[in-house]
Amino acid sequence: MAKTIDQHFDNLRGTRVWRSIFRSGTGSSPLKRALAIQQNVFLHLFSTKVRTRMLSFSATWYLGTLTLGTFLILVATGIPLMFYYHPSVPQAYADTKDLQFVVSSGLFLRNLHRWSAHAMVFLVFAHMFKVFYRGAYRAPREFNWVIGVILLLMTLLLSYTGYLLPWDQLAYWAITVGSNIASAVPVMGEKIHFLLLGGNAVNANALLRFYVLHCMILPLAAMFFVAIHFWRIRKDGGLYSHASEPATVRARTDTGAPLPKEGQ
Amino acid sequence: MDWRQLWEICSAPDNVPIVGLIPLLAFYIYLAVKQARANDQLIEQLEADPAMAKTHHRKTWPFKPGWQKEVHVWPFLLRIEFLAAIIITIILMVWSITLNAPLEEPANPNLTMNPAKAPWYFLGLQEMLVYFDPWIAGVVMPTLIIIGLMVIPYIDTNPLGSGYYTWKQRKFSISTFLFGFIILWVAMIIIGTFIRGPGWQWFWPGQTWDHNRLIYEVNRDLPDIFGITSNLGKAIFGAIVVGGYYLVGGGAVYSLFRRRMGKDFSRMSLLQFSIMQFLLLTMVALPLKMGLRLLWHIKYVWITPWFNI
Repeated sequence: MAKTIDQHFDNLRGTRVWRSIFRSGTGSSPLKRALAIQQNVFLHLFSTKVRTRMLSFSATWYLGTLTLGTFLILVATGIPLMFYYHPSVPQAYADTKDLQFVVSSGLFLRNLHRWSAHAMVFLVFAHMFKVFYRGAYRAPREFNWVIGVILLLMTLLLSYTGYLLPWDQLAYWAITVGSNIASAVPVMGEKIHFLLLGGNAVNANALLRFYVLHCMILPLAAMFFVAIHFWRIRKDGGLYSHASEPATVRARTDTGAPLPKEGQ
Repeated sequence: MDWRQLWEICSAPDNVPIVGLIPLLAFYIYLAVKQARANDQLIEQLEADPAMAKTHHRKTWPFKPGWQKEVHVWPFLLRIEFLAAIIITIILMVWSITLNAPLEEPANPNLTMNPAKAPWYFLGLQEMLVYFDPWIAGVVMPTLIIIGLMVIPYIDTNPLGSGYYTWKQRKFSISTFLFGFIILWVAMIIIGTFIRGPGWQWFWPGQTWDHNRLIYEVNRDLPDIFGITSNLGKAIFGAIVVGGYYLVGGGAVYSLFRRRMGKDFSRMSLLQFSIMQFLLLTMVALPLKMGLRLLWHIKYVWITPWFNI
């Protein structure tokens, strides 16, 4: 009898090579499913189990996942964009033009990168909005909210440094407006402005600095904080917080009456 | 009405997301309000009916027979997250096929763009440059915004309303956050995108962007109106006005908490309360200052040789 695709897949997962790579073997027993999370360096940031109700759209609106999704799109499109781009004046502008008219799918690549950046900034704001209104920043998650604010800052800085790279009028003057603010810092404003731009005005040095920040330093820092953000979700009790039990628990917490036991 | 001008603003590729995101934001607010109302009703019902309150929790979860209370992250959560990532990829791909990213003339330091606008999420700060000195609008305010956001979990002592939408149990924190988000962030983005034109002048939607428009408005400082001319006098007067605002405002916040939110007040330490008070008053000061400038053409309230507010 012909095997189903599932069976073929199970066989594949049972092979020595597969198991040497992924450690967890075949099967869908609770143990195997738990191992699939725990034995994977990336997935172990997640909890092993999740409350069923947290799977629904209304619980999270999936905003955190969508933000991560846009971040991954940005990494995936950003790397090929780097192949076609020289962070130098005036080559940077010519490269951007080439992306639009010469490189195969270059236009699509650049569009996808820019619109994903817009979408990511919006989704980060929406995610913060939702977490606030759901009261999901309460203890024990206070510090994860702080990390979230850092990630918001990272997102804005990533988007801002990327804004200069096409080296067109829009980019140039937006960055000029933005970086002039730095020189308003009392006492050391001019020094900070100089450090940021590598000069007294937005020029080739500024382009190189923004390029390095945009492609190396900020993405690495963002990934670092994203990892902590995810790990803290698990450590702080998962997507589900006990306090989000329906009203009986809430009413009892308010009056100080003992909480009903879990799993009854 | 200059429809062409309006169309040009709305259809600029970088503005299309903003035009699209405003309804999306409205949708999210609607969703939150709807769920909050449902929860508030349920809470009221349970408070009135102790018998129901005892069993309701066990009846509702799991909410379908045969459903487990907990499931494995792999595959049940991860497959949803994977699907969500695929859907957003498809949406962004369609968006990228239909709309091209803008690319203007090559950068030219000798030819200033007018208006030169910051990326949309920084338009709030750029708008603040109209009303405040650059180091206040560009340095102090962003720092306060970041710090203010970070301290939220540490100054919110309300034990109710964690993990579910509610309005009745968190009226103060929800209205404060909504004020900051809608008035100080979204409204500034809308003003910066749709209203500010050449010379960063105020053009109503549909008004033609006239690059030669001159506005004969005289912005005066508050001390001038009161006929104070000496520098020392201006500094002292401004300090009294600004200090008076924080004193009177602080008193108002204090009495509001004492009268209306006694429970919250008693839970907060002095440090928590004063941080909240300071951040709240500073936040409210922004639209006040904007109003002074836009309606009464008052430029500065407090003038010193080192800073102006």
